[in-house]
Amino acid sequence: MNCNETTKNYYRVDKLPHIWCPGCGHGTLMNAVVRAVEKLQLNKDDLVIVSGIGCSSRAPGYLDFNTLHTTHGRALAFATGIKLANPKLHVIVITGDGDSSAIGGNHLIHAARRNIDITTIVFNNNIYGMTGGQYSPTTPYGDFATTSAYGNIDKPFDLCSLAQGAGSTYVGRATAYHVTLMQRLIEKAIQNKGFSFVEGLSICPTYYGRKNKKGDAFEMHSFYKNNCVDIRVVEKTPEKGENKILIGEFHNDPKPEYTESYQVIIDKFQGMGGN
Amino acid sequence: MAYKLVQGNEACVEGALAAGMRFFAGYPITPSTEIAEISSQKLPQYGGKFIQMEDEIASMAAIIGASLAGVKSMTATSGPGFSLMQENLGYAAITETPCVLVNVQRGGPSTGLPTLPAQGDIMQAKWGTHGDHPTVALTPNSVQEVYEYTIKAFNIAEKFRTPVILLMDETVGHLREKMLIKDPSEIEIINRKKPTCKPEEYIAFKSDDSIPPMAAFGEGYRYHVTGLIHDETGFPTNNSQIADNLIRRLVGKVENNIDDFSYYEEYKLEDAEIVILAFGGVSRSAKSAVDKLRSKDLKVGLFRPITMWPFLEKQISNIAQKVEEIFVAEMNLGQYYLEVDRVAGKYCRVEKINKVNGELITPDEIISVIGGKYELQRNN
Repeated sequence: MNCNETTKNYYRVDKLPHIWCPGCGHGTLMNAVVRAVEKLQLNKDDLVIVSGIGCSSRAPGYLDFNTLHTTHGRALAFATGIKLANPKLHVIVITGDGDSSAIGGNHLIHAARRNIDITTIVFNNNIYGMTGGQYSPTTPYGDFATTSAYGNIDKPFDLCSLAQGAGSTYVGRATAYHVTLMQRLIEKAIQNKGFSFVEGLSICPTYYGRKNKKGDAFEMHSFYKNNCVDIRVVEKTPEKGENKILIGEFHNDPKPEYTESYQVIIDKFQGMGGN
Repeated sequence: MAYKLVQGNEACVEGALAAGMRFFAGYPITPSTEIAEISSQKLPQYGGKFIQMEDEIASMAAIIGASLAGVKSMTATSGPGFSLMQENLGYAAITETPCVLVNVQRGGPSTGLPTLPAQGDIMQAKWGTHGDHPTVALTPNSVQEVYEYTIKAFNIAEKFRTPVILLMDETVGHLREKMLIKDPSEIEIINRKKPTCKPEEYIAFKSDDSIPPMAAFGEGYRYHVTGLIHDETGFPTNNSQIADNLIRRLVGKVENNIDDFSYYEEYKLEDAEIVILAFGGVSRSAKSAVDKLRSKDLKVGLFRPITMWPFLEKQISNIAQKVEEIFVAEMNLGQYYLEVDRVAGKYCRVEKINKVNGELITPDEIISVIGGKYELQRNN
């Protein structure tokens, strides 16, 4: 998926090239976000992209929207303030595995619980890349990182299950290899009036891949190609899901949205009380 | 204009609404909770929004987000929550996002004395968030002043594009007094400067007077905001000259404009030889002590800083040059004393009167220290 002439319109081209390492999956995932926004023909002025800290969170700097690069883990809390202050804005949070589920885990579950209309996209590379390869809440059990020299004994989160359990009304997963699916999930996530969660499995050949002998970017993409199965396939033929990574749309169950519920209160009580 | 009997925390909400607050994010904590409760009740009546966040970190983040979307925003907390807010307080400072943070101080450290007053967060207000940064903190001492200075806190935040801390203490937050609610026409309201240029000409962090005009998200000025050191366009850089310029501009826009918001009270200072310096709840005891000590023929006066930060160096230096001794009375172990002594110590004696047991310093305690020392001197 290249940055063609029309998608270029959504980039701050003068800020490119990006800082991500050769082979990193984040650029592909970022472009899936742009493609989705283009497909939905969203007005650039009405879209806010909020991020936290980490490799993923550098994405907003390259995108020509209202962009906010916040503190580590807090993107969703900032985004909540933006959305509530001006519900007309489309708010997308781009975050990473550590940013969203370690330091920002509390904000994630509560934003999901409120069902506030924010689209959260996690670029999950299974590692803290920006700081040089420490294990994250999604580093698989037994894998190596600079802080798990003898193998990781933490159990990883299933981020989609976490988001769904916390109340997210739209949940899906794709990978940096499955870019058209990724784009489609993001489109539907943006269209969902409520809290939406899309996990994009990324690849980090530089740290996670190298530490765990996963090969180069081609091999890591090939792994996703050969080991991911769409949930619709598994629903029909469960045995096809054995030892595979599930991708696709997991949950789509619209519920009353937070800022709309708040507006009902305002409509009822505005002008009452006072001194 | 109308008089009401209200609590300090309630006055804070009244002042905030008068100043134009239309967003509040907070987390329950004693002794500031009433500010959240009353905000939750009143904001929808004004078309505004309230949200109870999952913690104080998120509360501070949410008010910054709302302010970037163009809405005047506030949060309120006490010691433990103030600690959690330090992270994003620094973010508000570096991104120049106007907002008001109310800290109704209680006894610390840690969970400390949740229901009892203290003034132990003076230095935290100044240095709690990491790195060099601008700090504005105001300390009212009456319910009326809570109302007035909450409005001023918003005005300073908007004018200088910086977070402002309203540093109350439990004594004032839970005090009930008569308060005059002003007619909106009598209240000065300052709103942030907006860009007048075309969006394509907007350079988000460039300014002629050190305070850049601020566009709200959604107004057509698409720009980038980051907590990283950034250039005038808002994008990150490691350029040492740009880093130096930015930090100096951020601190300078507040420090160099202190005359714009130097608030204080002088009481019987004209002929004073001895000065009590006190603020917040303690200043009410100090004022009473001044009168009683005067009746013992001691020439005592009161200097009460309302602007705690930046430090009122000029005023305190002037006083120090005219008097024999300054007693700094505060409900901590001498935090503000350090600053007063730094400035006044070369001209006069500076002494501490401190209390950290969760009780307000009483007039008698001040009288016994000052009266004891000076009456003894006179008798000798």
